[in-house]
Amino acid sequence: MTMDVTAMTFLMLVLPFVAALVAPPLTRALAQNAAWPLALAPAAIFIYFARYIPAVSNGDVIQGGFAWVPQFDVTYSWIIDGLSLTFLLLISGIGTLIVIYSGGYLKGHPQQGRFLSFLLMFMGAMLGIVVSDSFLMLFIYWELTSITSFLLIGFDHKREASRRAALQALVVTGGGGLFLLAGLLLIWHVTGISSLSALLASGDMMRESPYYLAALILVLGGAFTKSAQFPFHFWLPNAMEAPTPVSAFLHSATMVKAGVFLIMRLNPVFGDTGVWETVLPVFGGLTLLIGTFIGLRQTDLKLTLAYTTVASLGLLVMMTGFGAEGAVEAAVLYLIAHSLFKGSLFMVAGGVDHEAGTRDVTRLSGLGKFMPITFAAAMLAALSMGGLPPFVGFLAKEEIYYALAHGDTWDIVFTVVAIAGNAMMFALAFGVALRPFIGEPCVVPGPHHAHSSEHEEDTAAGSDHGDKSHTVHEAPLMLWLGPVVLAVAGVLAGIFSGTFHTLFSSPMSSAIVGAPVTLEISAIPHISLPFLLSIITVAIGIVMYLAADRLRTLADNTLTAIGWGPDKGFDQFMRGVVRLSHRVTLTLQPGKLEIYVTLSFVFVAAILLVPMTVYGEWPDMPAWPSMMFHEVMIFAIAIIGLFAVALAKGRLTAIVSLGIQGFAVAVIFMLYGAPDLSFTQFMVETLSVVILALVMTRLNLQPTDHRPAVHRIMDASIGAACGLGFGAMLLKSTQVPFNTMLTEFFNAYSKVIAHGHNVVNVIIVDFRATDTLGEIAVVVVTGLAILALIRIRVPSAKPPLKDNPAEAAPETQ
Amino acid sequence: MNTLIFRTMAPYLTALMVLFSVFVLLRGHNMPGGGFIGGLIAASAFAIQGIAGGVAAVRRALWFHPMAISAAGLFFAGFAGLMSIPFEVPFMTALWVFPKFFGTEVALSTPLLFDIGVYLVVTGSITSIALALEEREDL
Repeated sequence: MTMDVTAMTFLMLVLPFVAALVAPPLTRALAQNAAWPLALAPAAIFIYFARYIPAVSNGDVIQGGFAWVPQFDVTYSWIIDGLSLTFLLLISGIGTLIVIYSGGYLKGHPQQGRFLSFLLMFMGAMLGIVVSDSFLMLFIYWELTSITSFLLIGFDHKREASRRAALQALVVTGGGGLFLLAGLLLIWHVTGISSLSALLASGDMMRESPYYLAALILVLGGAFTKSAQFPFHFWLPNAMEAPTPVSAFLHSATMVKAGVFLIMRLNPVFGDTGVWETVLPVFGGLTLLIGTFIGLRQTDLKLTLAYTTVASLGLLVMMTGFGAEGAVEAAVLYLIAHSLFKGSLFMVAGGVDHEAGTRDVTRLSGLGKFMPITFAAAMLAALSMGGLPPFVGFLAKEEIYYALAHGDTWDIVFTVVAIAGNAMMFALAFGVALRPFIGEPCVVPGPHHAHSSEHEEDTAAGSDHGDKSHTVHEAPLMLWLGPVVLAVAGVLAGIFSGTFHTLFSSPMSSAIVGAPVTLEISAIPHISLPFLLSIITVAIGIVMYLAADRLRTLADNTLTAIGWGPDKGFDQFMRGVVRLSHRVTLTLQPGKLEIYVTLSFVFVAAILLVPMTVYGEWPDMPAWPSMMFHEVMIFAIAIIGLFAVALAKGRLTAIVSLGIQGFAVAVIFMLYGAPDLSFTQFMVETLSVVILALVMTRLNLQPTDHRPAVHRIMDASIGAACGLGFGAMLLKSTQVPFNTMLTEFFNAYSKVIAHGHNVVNVIIVDFRATDTLGEIAVVVVTGLAILALIRIRVPSAKPPLKDNPAEAAPETQ
Repeated sequence: MNTLIFRTMAPYLTALMVLFSVFVLLRGHNMPGGGFIGGLIAASAFAIQGIAGGVAAVRRALWFHPMAISAAGLFFAGFAGLMSIPFEVPFMTALWVFPKFFGTEVALSTPLLFDIGVYLVVTGSITSIALALEEREDL
């Protein structure tokens, strides 16, 4: 039974990737209606994990997985507790709606299949993050979300803004991922623990470690970049270049919460320290204020929402790290509420854009008459975002104020920050959800299939240039289903707060706190300090909403006066990196083959000679053997060949002299009992001479050597040093006691097992055949590469001769 | 290099060398030789013929592109390793059969196939490089 559960859970985690594979062909077959069958994948995941709700709300933690690399204690394992389950359901639930929404939003887009495929891949990666137990798995899925986000933001890759935004998101979040990797490795190193479940059970181990601060900074580096905390917030608004379903799903409901998720996950291990409770609220609070303030300036519906998302993420980080009673619970409630209302609002903005043809809030008005369902969904979501009862947003806001509003200065500062931020968010929420829908009907560009899609299926409306305002009509089912379901879910969670707390928020808070927690807050207003603060927030929010235009001018002027921002800084940084790498490449890779070869040989000589000198391991001078006359002659020829190479005036002479020297060596091999080696050496030398000569004619080199004398002497010394090094090494290795185990083995079994007398050949084709297979594969690849080099106009080729037999044992027969 | 003697001798030399290379390949298991050295000899043979009689003639005579020969060799070598699958022994385990042809026992084995693969890889790769380099001379 347990095996079945493990296999099923694994299947569910792989399912989005399978769906991503079938998405393109399915879209070709069914056009936008492919979204319905594809939405079954996330729906199945939602239903599957929903069955865990009763167990998890009882406080159970479900774990499972497989050993991956047991030697390194790496597993593919998951942990499902209140925190990950809530995330799983949010991702798969919102994912289902988003897939359907994408079907309608990109209707008729030629790349719709690819889009759905990316989207499902992202979902798989995101599910992976939240269930990951092993560090490595967490990191891989973490980077996978960065990569899929890159693909989705750059989906409309023909526009430069998209490409820049995609690259920016990848650099910021992917770079943050590397911080996370370093942090996880540090934790692994310090504690010896490589899984989150074990880490959570490790108590104070991490907090007491001297590496606590370093690990914290690294992990927060990952979390802050992913969750767009100041000063890394700039990529998120730019990511709005992506089609709206992406903004709704990745950049508001799920991916950007991965950082918050990580902070929440690590809260029991890292939290409850002075640093934790200072860094998180300060950065979170700053992000909240900056996000909302820049948001006031925006006129684009999506950008406004993007900045409120930045602000909300700041609020979440601030609350998670605040440390007061109820703070984590507030973060939990707000996280769930935010996913519901922000996903909904983004989809509304997309629907408006799709039907009206513009997202500019100053050009939109009176749409409510034409799009009643969209308007209703928008209002429900905005009321939740504004924190009015009986919506789930109200619960969150009450809990926030309950946690913040205490006596000392620190608390008061953050209460003020929260009120300011929430009030601005209130104003922005209604700026998006109310303003375009009320007032007199306006003239808008008319429906379009957003962004680059020029495939106008709705030609009747598209060709009607005369009276454009009447072409606005209600969005199709695919476009309003998502926002309505999410908005209604926000209401239900608020009204049935008791059930909601039992099933979701209490188990999730318990998982974050690391101890059982029960939430009780309900949507029924009662007179208390938090409620008063809520009323103040709403009042300020209404004033700000009414003064939206003046505030926009104010924000605009302020930001223009500041001028420089991290977004500009990013460009400067990238330019600097490119310039630096250009300079480094120019220095290290001058493009002169001569320098490369010289350096290679200098280092070969150094590798051989330096250790021998440093560790005093020079070989002893061997006893001079008595030599036969012919042996002396052969050695003399080899040495003469060497001098001939060094002194040769022409290149051809040098090549041939090299051949003479090589032949002499081959004869030496022959004399001392290595016929195979000698045989090969003869052939290799012959071919080297032929091919070198051919290359020389091919390269149109001057026949004479142009190097000045100094240069020649230097080259000759480098060559001599290499030779000296190899000679000394070989001499040394013959002077240590020789282990004859292998020799005996091969001699004994070569004939018996492998039916061959020639030990060298038996080793090559039988005992070590797999090695040889690899080597001949290298020969083929090298051959192809050289062929390609010869064919291009600036050729540089060298013979790929391999000393294959020379690697085998030297003794034959 | 284009002397009459060389041009007249080259075809015979090439034929002899190719024959010799096969001989070296086959005797390799018990005496000095083997696929690698055999392949080098064959490649030299084709290089000589290319210098003497032109690259186009060699290419025609070879029929296959040398790189294709090389690839086929790699395939044979890999295939020789995979032959172990139906016999359920580890990859690259040597398998031998000793069938009798006309009363003579002939030893056939996967190492032989493997060595032929090595021979073809070396022949093909070096020949293709040499021929490509020689080709330019003709221009």
